[in-house]
Amino acid sequence: MPELRNFTLNFGPQHPAAHGVLRMVLELDGEVVMRADPHIGLLHRATEKLAENKTWIQSLPYMDRLDYVSMMCNEHAYCMAVEKLLQIEVPLRAQYIRVMFDEITRILNHLLWVGCHGLDVGAMTMVLYAFREREDLVDAYEAVSGARMHAAYYRPGGVYRDLPDSLPQYQESKWKSAAQIKPFNEARSGSLLDFLDDFVSRFPKLLDEYETLLTDNRIWKQRLVNVGIVSPERALQRGFSGPMLRGSGIAWDLRKKQPYEVYDRLDFDIPVGVTGDSYDRYLVRMEEMRQSNRIVKQCIDWLRQNPGPVMSDNHKVAPPDREAMKSNMEELIHHFKLCTEGIHVPEGEAYAAVEHPKGEFGIYLMSDGANKPYRLKIRAPGYVHLSAMDEMVRGHMLADVVTIIGSQDVVFGEIDR
Amino acid sequence: MSAKLEALSHNLQKHLGDRVKSLKIALGEVTIEVDAADYLSVMQTLRDEPELAFEELIDLCGIDYSVYANVPREGKRFAAVSHLLSIARNWRLRVRCFAPDDDFPSLPSVSSIWNSVNWFEREAFDLFGIVFPGHEDLRRILTDYGFVGHPFRKDFPISGYVEMRYDPEQQRVTYQPVTIEPREVTPRIVREATYGDVENA
Repeated sequence: MPELRNFTLNFGPQHPAAHGVLRMVLELDGEVVMRADPHIGLLHRATEKLAENKTWIQSLPYMDRLDYVSMMCNEHAYCMAVEKLLQIEVPLRAQYIRVMFDEITRILNHLLWVGCHGLDVGAMTMVLYAFREREDLVDAYEAVSGARMHAAYYRPGGVYRDLPDSLPQYQESKWKSAAQIKPFNEARSGSLLDFLDDFVSRFPKLLDEYETLLTDNRIWKQRLVNVGIVSPERALQRGFSGPMLRGSGIAWDLRKKQPYEVYDRLDFDIPVGVTGDSYDRYLVRMEEMRQSNRIVKQCIDWLRQNPGPVMSDNHKVAPPDREAMKSNMEELIHHFKLCTEGIHVPEGEAYAAVEHPKGEFGIYLMSDGANKPYRLKIRAPGYVHLSAMDEMVRGHMLADVVTIIGSQDVVFGEIDR
Repeated sequence: MSAKLEALSHNLQKHLGDRVKSLKIALGEVTIEVDAADYLSVMQTLRDEPELAFEELIDLCGIDYSVYANVPREGKRFAAVSHLLSIARNWRLRVRCFAPDDDFPSLPSVSSIWNSVNWFEREAFDLFGIVFPGHEDLRRILTDYGFVGHPFRKDFPISGYVEMRYDPEQQRVTYQPVTIEPREVTPRIVREATYGDVENA
């Protein structure tokens, strides 16, 4: 009888279901996975080393490029860590703006996730619907920061600028007549808050539509239910956080348990799974979008009524406004020092974590009193989740590997850093 | 200092006693420093003692202290810093442990206590060259296959030593010494404590 050996399969790094540049060496016995060995680092850019050679403010745009589907949440953790070291207060309005954009980012991330996860598992239409809604939200990104993805909008001390009163409109062209573009421009005629208000009133209904497509879909359930079960004990042992931990039935959310910014003033619920399989994680993320929508609505209402500053007036940290800079010696000096040398952060170390759409995203900063960080460590949730891949896929079929990668919601910008 | 941090530091002193070399509370965070010899037993207590209950290891990272504050380092050079989280008690802790030998930094692996540390220790080994005896699978993780050196050490240049290009004659990708020079736009400055202080000028 011939000797039987396990088959070794190279999955990725250019496989469309690998969500980026994941190379996985799978050991297969027939179609059953015996062992999985993820090889990462194909997108390693040494962000942490680069940050040691840049001033505090110069490394902020690098944060966008970590998890490039939830840009502002990454910036948020970085800004919070710098602010903690500097011990400065952020104006209340800026805190509300940050929370609002964090939740917009969460919706953006989960929409991309449900679209691509659907695509991996066989639900082709989801991605089209999800990207339709993402379009509105990246427009909101563009309105405040000028960029649709890599915003660099949050700054240590607040946010770069206040919300705009008007939005760019669709223009008439030889392909689209004035009558055709009119419905597109209707929601865009007011301020950014009006535009977002229109979005949050539409969005719950759209979510219902997605759920009619997926939640009770027989194929969807066959692919997700009981795939990649993680028990609560194993989830803690493997350092899970965010929807991965909540899917396993542990009600842990930093927004509730260790509230930062203004989350303790807002009303929202934390969805929790029961069995800890891929289907529960899907349900948790869908419900999170509804809750994010609620939070955005509350922020809009507050922001409408409470104008105010959006940046700290401590000019050792935040640059003074142009007008003051050009007419006032003191401000000119501050501006010059900030733009040539940057912020000086007192000696110390700080860890700041936010409830990122993927889990706990933490920034560990160490300063020796210089104008550059001494050490920056990025705690990426996807890195920890992917390290549990071997444990999660063992004993599953090859096709389930795709489901599990999708349900972990990995993005290689943050894993490889 | 909040009541919670006080309770945590009290519990730490009660259960760890002399094994804690120093305990510092700053910016609302508790940091303890332990000896490499006590490292494993301290970590075990931190997880298993119900009054501490650190079920989750959030992060572990290596640090190279060699040029801290722009002055030559006198103490030990490499440390591993872990961030722990307790879900049950809702508190966090930072544990710092210096590796005894600068030329061959080595610390016991805690992968048997928290499985999540697996990749973090691989990363610290890859980037800083800290060895973790007891780790099952200590391979490089983020750098290239066949990479030489530990890139996050402070004496490793930011541009690296080798660069990669496609050689049309050999029809394959080859390595060659770097052709770029690192350029520093804003110099690194550590100001004295009284700098810009109007009152004490």
